Amino acid sequence: MILNASGCLDALTAPQVARQLDAFVTKTVTPLPRPGNAPTRIVETGAGMLNSIGLANPGRERFCDDTLPRLRELGVPLWISVGGFSAREYAETCERLEGIEAIELNLSCPNVDEAPESAAEIVAACRDATALPLYAKLSPANWDIAEVARAVEVAGADGLSLVNTMRGLALDTSSLEPVLGTSTGGYSGPALKPIALAAVFACRRATALPIVGMGGVSTGRDAIELVAAGASAVALGTILFADPDAPGRIRAEIAAELGRLGFESVDAVRGVAHSGGTVLAGR
Amino acid sequence: MTKGDMRRRERLRVAATERVGLYTLLRVERGTLDPGVPGQFFMLSPPGRVLPRPMSLCLAPPGELAFLMDPIGPGTRALCALERGDQFVVFGPLGNGFDLRVERPLLLGGGIGLAPLPYLSEALGQPPAVLGFRSDAHAEAAALLSHAEVVVDPVLVTDCHLEGKDVLACGPEPMLRAIGELVPDAQLAWEAPMACGYGACYGCAVEIDGEWKRLCVEGPVLAKQQTVTRREAA
Repeated sequence: MILNASGCLDALTAPQVARQLDAFVTKTVTPLPRPGNAPTRIVETGAGMLNSIGLANPGRERFCDDTLPRLRELGVPLWISVGGFSAREYAETCERLEGIEAIELNLSCPNVDEAPESAAEIVAACRDATALPLYAKLSPANWDIAEVARAVEVAGADGLSLVNTMRGLALDTSSLEPVLGTSTGGYSGPALKPIALAAVFACRRATALPIVGMGGVSTGRDAIELVAAGASAVALGTILFADPDAPGRIRAEIAAELGRLGFESVDAVRGVAHSGGTVLAGR
Repeated sequence: MTKGDMRRRERLRVAATERVGLYTLLRVERGTLDPGVPGQFFMLSPPGRVLPRPMSLCLAPPGELAFLMDPIGPGTRALCALERGDQFVVFGPLGNGFDLRVERPLLLGGGIGLAPLPYLSEALGQPPAVLGFRSDAHAEAAALLSHAEVVVDPVLVTDCHLEGKDVLACGPEPMLRAIGELVPDAQLAWEAPMACGYGACYGCAVEIDGEWKRLCVEGPVLAKQQTVTRREAA
């Protein structure tokens, strides 16, 4: 199952890319409209990129009244990414959403101030507000991501999205001043892959929750490694900027890589990294 | 990718790289890609880099696409280092180009903003053009538009007579802003860093009419009377 990472695709501008996905994840929706951050918003770095988009979005009301109906017309299953600045704000947005496949709670955007409540408090509030599947998107910058994963599981999350970007800084080649308008931004791309793998690996051991793995996936091999670490699905982020054909290409590469490794299906690969080098029957 | 299909992205072969003053003209075999409307752009994927780079089409010789580049960063340097026979991925044409329904066209270019003008000039039957550069060495690139008048700093392209002309321009922001004030109906081609070129990343946001908008979707050539009011943090 291949999704996009939240904020890495506009399905209304590029519907043919969205239709290559098993589900489309929206940009994060916040209660009030957010214009986003002043430029410069992006910069390439050695092994990835930094972004400082700042959760630009039309706000909950316009999203529900205008954007969501148009997204439904695409015929692609929808995951709505929800953000806010308090547990109540998250929960109020969850309450408004229906007829979608899942909600992803953005608990970890490095471009906005951290929510004052803990991840578990936000998940618990949203659990009371909706029966829809709730995926908690966590930051790899947390000192113990497995502990957060256990906490959100207890609070009622149905799954985990691992991982969000990490905070990074790039300096201008001449002036040595920050390139991004907000100085720091979210670091994504190939450099994030080992970090994402470690997070998925740790959370798979710590919880029984299904995991959407993301961070630096640019090939079928990358996707298979995340599944081996414990992911049930993978999401594509930065690679979509460079290659809008990536979903189809990666699907083909996954099939080829499975054949090369001697696995019959993606399901057979799931969690193999935890088997101590031995492929366990039935996993 | 506003409407078209995904076969606008293709691995192309380099036909030649030519030095043009301090710039490099990268000529690639066209494959099945359409050159598009003058002012539209392509995303060029430099080998070994994470993100592609937006470049407007400079020339469309038979069977080729040609891009003019200033090697100022790791991406443009990697593209300028390509050699005949090398292959790399090109995606386009993207965005909105110039409206060619003009009666008295005058092309204005500043520095590397010369890039889209040779193809535009061809489409409009070689109308008058003025190119401004910051040095004589940079001005050697004017060879790509041989009939153009050339001015070198401190003389500016805005020093020439613009009244009554349909101005089509590309260049640095201060130049575009100055032209926009003198000729509100000018068609101006703007620039912003882009990660994707097709509306996905929101990285190329510029302020238009008081709102942050994606330049790859709204531009890079903005509608008449529209201008980028802000690109930097206030």
